[in-house]
Amino acid sequence: MTTAPTRPPGKAERIASAAPSRLGAFLRLRELPVTVALIALVIITTVVNPLFLSPQGVKDLLLNATIVIILAVGQALVIITRNVDLSVGSILGLVAFGTGTLFATVPGIPIVVVFLAGMLLGALLGAINGLLVTVAKVPALVITLGTLYIYRGLNNAWAGGTQYFAGDRPDAFGSLSVDTVLGFPLITLIAVVVVVIVAVYLAGTRPGRDLYAIGSDPDAAKLFGIPVSRRVFLAFLTNGVLAGLAGVLYASRFNSVGATTGSGLELAVVAAAVVGGVAIFGGSGSVVGAAMGALLLTTITSALTALRVDKFWQEAIVGVLILSAIIIDRIASVRSARKLRISEARNV
Amino acid sequence: MTMEFIRNHTRKGASARRLASVTAVVAAVALLAGCASDTGTNTGTDSGAGGGTDGDLSITFIPKQLNNPYTDVVLGGGEAGAEEAGFAATEVVGPLEASASSQVSFINAETQAGTSVIVIAANDPDAVGPALEEARAAGAKIVAFDSDTNPKYRDVFISQVVAKDVALIQVELIAEQIGGSGEIAILSATANATNQNEWIKFMEEELAANPAYKDITLVAKVYGDDDDTKSFQEAQGLMQAYPNLKGIISPTTVGIAATARYLSTSEYKGKVALTGLGLPNEMRPFVKDETVTAFALWDPAQLGYVAAFAGKALADGDMTGAEGDTFEAGELGEREVGADGIVIVGPPTVFDAANIDEYDF
Repeated sequence: MTTAPTRPPGKAERIASAAPSRLGAFLRLRELPVTVALIALVIITTVVNPLFLSPQGVKDLLLNATIVIILAVGQALVIITRNVDLSVGSILGLVAFGTGTLFATVPGIPIVVVFLAGMLLGALLGAINGLLVTVAKVPALVITLGTLYIYRGLNNAWAGGTQYFAGDRPDAFGSLSVDTVLGFPLITLIAVVVVVIVAVYLAGTRPGRDLYAIGSDPDAAKLFGIPVSRRVFLAFLTNGVLAGLAGVLYASRFNSVGATTGSGLELAVVAAAVVGGVAIFGGSGSVVGAAMGALLLTTITSALTALRVDKFWQEAIVGVLILSAIIIDRIASVRSARKLRISEARNV
Repeated sequence: MTMEFIRNHTRKGASARRLASVTAVVAAVALLAGCASDTGTNTGTDSGAGGGTDGDLSITFIPKQLNNPYTDVVLGGGEAGAEEAGFAATEVVGPLEASASSQVSFINAETQAGTSVIVIAANDPDAVGPALEEARAAGAKIVAFDSDTNPKYRDVFISQVVAKDVALIQVELIAEQIGGSGEIAILSATANATNQNEWIKFMEEELAANPAYKDITLVAKVYGDDDDTKSFQEAQGLMQAYPNLKGIISPTTVGIAATARYLSTSEYKGKVALTGLGLPNEMRPFVKDETVTAFALWDPAQLGYVAAFAGKALADGDMTGAEGDTFEAGELGEREVGADGIVIVGPPTVFDAANIDEYDF
C-alpha cells in the first residue's frame, strides 16, 4: 500500500527536513489532536449550555475524569511496552470492595492506612499479571483477559451480595471527592500528581526510556542489554498500584462498592489511552496524552447529556474517536518512515 | 481430518506446534466436559428423585442478577418460603450481569435437571420465552416474580404491589416534595426493563390526567442501567441539561442511591427533591442528612415468600393459575390470582426520617 518507489527528495521536503521548524514540531505532538478535540468540545457545549462550565459543572467534569485518568496513566505505561492490561477494572473492583470492608470492619482505621493497603493489594494483583506475562511469555492480552475473570470471580465470591455504602465510611474519606482547592477536587489533585510523577519518570529516566525501546522493538531492546522482563514487570506492577489507588478513590467518590464495581471499565481505559495518542503497538505516546484522552472521553459523556443528545449516540462517538486516533497515528508513522528512508538514502 | 488438513498445508515445525495447541485445547475441553458431566449426573439424580414422588418437589429461583442486595432480600424470603411450603430442594442460580439473554442458559439447565418449579425475574419479557416454553413442555411450573415475562410464558406472576399503586405513590411523593409545580425527571434502570417501563407509563398517565399535577412537567427520562457510576453521571447530566429541574423520581434502588449520593455531595442538595424506590439500609444516611425526605418500597422478602408458595400450589396441582384461584401463602394468609395471572403481595410502604430506623433490609 505504501510501497511507493523511493524517489529523490523534492525541494520542499529537503527544506522541511533540514530545518524542522518549532511550529512543525508542535504540530507533530501526539497529544495535539486530543487536546484540540477537547477544547472544541468544551467551547461548543458551553456556548449551547452555559451551565456546562459553572463551578459545579467543572467540578463534576474533573471528578468524572479523575479515576479514569489514573487508570489511563497506568495503562499507558503497559501499552508503551507493547502489552496491555485488561484486568484493571477487576483490580479496581477488588480494591474498592476491600476499602469498603476495611472501613466497615476496622472502625477508626486511619485513612492513610487504607490508601496504603489499597495500593498494596493493587501492587500484588499487578505483580501477578507481570509475572505471568514475563515468565510465561504469553501475550498480555490473553493473560490479563484471564486475570480479568479470575479477579472478578474472587470479588464475586468475596462480596456475594454484600455492598458497602458511603454511610459506612468516615465523612473525611468521602469529602476527599467533595472538597476543592482552587476549584480542583482533592482526588483530582492526586491524579494530577500521579500524571506529573509518571510523566517525568517516563521522559527523564533511563528505565522510563527503556519502556519505549522495549515497545518499539523488544528483540533489539534485549540485544541492547535492556532487562526487558524486569522493566515489563515493573510496568505491570505500577499499573496495579495505580489501579489500586483508583479503587480507593472510587470508594471515596461513589455510593456503593460491591461485587460488580468497576466491571467493563478496562475498555474505557484502553480507549482513553489510544485516543490520547498512545500507540496500541507500543513504543510511542505519553501519559499526559493518555490523561487528556481520559478527560476527553468522560467529558463527551457529560457534554452529550448537557446538550440533551440521546446517550445511545455516545458510544458511537467514542468509536469514531478511537478510529480517528488510530488513523492519525498510522498517517504519522507512514510519513516518518518515508522521511527516514529519504534521509538514509541521502546519507549513502 | 482436521489434522490432515493442517499437516498438508503447513510447514513441519508449525504443524507440530499447531498439533500441540490442538492437543491442549482438546485436553481442556475434555476437562470441562468431565466437570460438566459430573454436575450433570448430580442434578440427574436429584431430578430423578424429584420427579419420582409428589413429596419431593424442587424449586429454583432465577433472579435478574446475583449479588444484588435487593435480590438477596427477595431470595432470602423465597428460600424461607420454599422451606415452609415443603420443597425438598431449593436452589438459586442466575447471571452476574442483568442482560436480556443471560438467563436463558440457566433456564435450559433447569429444564434438563427436571426442576418442578422455576421462579424467575425476567430481564427481558420475551428473550426468556422459548426457554421457558421448553421448561413447561418438560413439566415445570413457571412463576414469574419481581419483573414479569410475557404472560403466555408463565403460570402466574407475583407482583410486589399493584403496579399502578407504585407509580402513583412516587408521583404523589414528588408532587408533595416540590410543592405541586415544576419540572421533574425520571432516572430509570435499563431502557427495556418491564417493571420500570410499566411504572413510568402509569406515572406519565397520572401526570397527564390528574388535574392536581397540571403544573408538573416531566422533562426527561434517562437510564442508568442499574449501574452506580452510570446512574451517578446521568443524575449529573440532568442537573446541567435542565437547570430548572425541581425533582427526580428514580424507581430503582441503584438509581435512587447513586442520585442521592450525587445530590448530597453537590450544590443541588436540598434544592432538588429526590424520591423513588429505595432500600432503607442504603438510603438511611441520605434521609438523615436531609437529601431525601421520603421514598417508597415494599417488603422484598414477602415477594420471594409468596412466590415459593404459589409455586408449591401449582406443582401440587392445587391451582392452575387461572383468575380467581386461591392459595395459602404461609403466615401471610390466602392470596388470590387476579386478571392475567397476577398475584399481589401487598401495599407499598413509605419510608421517612420518622420510620426508617424500624426497617433492616
